[in-house]
Amino acid sequence: MEVVIQQLVNGLFLGSIYALLALGYTMVYGIIKLINFAHGEIYMLGGFMGYFFINKLSLGFFPALLLSMVGAAVIGVVIEFLAYRPLRKSTRIAALITAIGVSFLLQNGMIYWLGPEKKSFPQAIEFKNYQLGFIQISNIQVLILVISLVLMIALQLIVKKTKMGKAMRAVSVDADAAQLMGINVNRTISFTFALGSALAAAAGMLIGLYYNSIDPMMGVVPGLKSFVAAVLGGIGIIPGAALGGFVIGLLETITIALGFSDYKDAVVYALLIIILLIRPAGILGKNIKEKV
Amino acid sequence: MKKNLKYNVVWLLIAAIAYAFIYVLYVTGVITPFTEYTLITIGINIMLALGLNLIIGFSGQFSLGHAGFMAIGAYSAAIMSVKYPTMGGFFSGILLGIVLSGIVALVVGIPTLRLKGDYLAIATLGISEIIRIIIINMKDITNGPAGIFGIPPMVNWSMVFGFVVIVTLIIVNFIHSGPGRATMAIREDEIAAESMGVNTTKYKVAAFIIGAITASVAGSIYSSYVQTIAPKDFGFMKSIDILIIVVFGGIGSVTGTFISAIVLGILNMFLQDAGALRMIIYALALIIIMIFKPGGLLGTWEFSVKKIFKKKEDKSNASIER
Repeated sequence: MEVVIQQLVNGLFLGSIYALLALGYTMVYGIIKLINFAHGEIYMLGGFMGYFFINKLSLGFFPALLLSMVGAAVIGVVIEFLAYRPLRKSTRIAALITAIGVSFLLQNGMIYWLGPEKKSFPQAIEFKNYQLGFIQISNIQVLILVISLVLMIALQLIVKKTKMGKAMRAVSVDADAAQLMGINVNRTISFTFALGSALAAAAGMLIGLYYNSIDPMMGVVPGLKSFVAAVLGGIGIIPGAALGGFVIGLLETITIALGFSDYKDAVVYALLIIILLIRPAGILGKNIKEKV
Repeated sequence: MKKNLKYNVVWLLIAAIAYAFIYVLYVTGVITPFTEYTLITIGINIMLALGLNLIIGFSGQFSLGHAGFMAIGAYSAAIMSVKYPTMGGFFSGILLGIVLSGIVALVVGIPTLRLKGDYLAIATLGISEIIRIIIINMKDITNGPAGIFGIPPMVNWSMVFGFVVIVTLIIVNFIHSGPGRATMAIREDEIAAESMGVNTTKYKVAAFIIGAITASVAGSIYSSYVQTIAPKDFGFMKSIDILIIVVFGGIGSVTGTFISAIVLGILNMFLQDAGALRMIIYALALIIIMIFKPGGLLGTWEFSVKKIFKKKEDKSNASIER
């Protein structure tokens, strides 16, 4: 029993990282219907930027976090401008392949520049273990949970309360109609990419701090899994992405706790396929019938 | 029939000339063991990419799981030919791979092909990862993450050539048949095709199974040629490699697949030592091609013997070319 609860707690932290990443996927998918395969690479770049800000500029953890979120937002906007904007009107497959190309470019660019080996992330915050009854929690785990929850709530506020958030929601429903209403569609899409990328960078830095290591290929598997999380919750729905992230995180740690750690990725993909078959629109999604 | 015979003879001649050309290269010593590797890789890639092009280019379903089916074929052939190191063992391995991948494609295809576009891509990606994880964990049969080595070499370049011709024949014939036309109708507009009475699921699954089987055959040949396989050879990256060949040549062009497999194969030979730089060039090329030519280099253009004849004979009848 104690082991199970401990594992559930661990799953919660992993899940909050997936949730942060899934939010970026879900926003971009909601607004331009593109699976942004490069999102996992933004997460990787976030980790590396944090590494440089802490090591080379000897900043503290939080200033470095803010800076790398800003940096990732800029990179996200640049990628959107150079690679995705020219393809706005072409087929979905073309856009998807471009996204794969961007993701390859970022991975191999980093490998070419820094080498493929793992780098140890600086311990900017001293590791402490707390004992809550029989559950062990480290201060870094608490930090991860708090930062992700704060960011998720902030995102929800931006989308629901600000003018830009309203524009985002309008564009995701009908981009052409939104344009007729005087919304600058391009700027709104750029803003969406900036928001999503900033969240991914935060996730990358937090995971770097937690596992103590970063490498250029670290974005591939979490990227895919958090996309699964986004689909699971209902793609395009922000609370759905958060929910999906937590579900995937918990599922993974439960699989490990049951002794099937070799199959943890397989279980996630199997869940995805089952969900797609039963509820193609995701847990929180509504099914929309397509018309000619 | 007689009319078709002429074209088929021409195609056969082209294949024979290609064979003779490679044969001459061998005899004159242009092809060394190093370039032979490139040649055979090109052949294997043509088979893989033709299958994927059938799924993506002709039926419009985006699959990212091609490496999974290749793995099934590679492991079937490897396990069988290690147990029975004869030609018979190898061919029964190929057959086993065909049956297995066909069954997997059928079981997986019927439910997932109801999904549209991007969802299908992710589902197939998940399936290929599941296949890989199962292979890693079936340690008694597949030797786990270490893979299988010392696979008896059974293939030479003429055999690869023969397989490429057979696979091309099957795929081209499928495309030109009635079901092939239905499949292309689905690519153009699924809902419209469905309302015209096309059983979309049936044709999508058919294309998916043919694609999976060709991938499996290519995988069998690959394992016998390289003699060492491991689960990590059949990851997401391999699927992307095949996808790149399809996209370079043209999504929906058999000719394009041939040209791009050959061009990329030769390019790869020169960039072999470049490592990450090679992938950067690949990625940049992929992005640039997609931005300027979203349908791939050749689009759906095909090289056709028939068109050449038509131009010489009569132009009035050009509307019924196929």
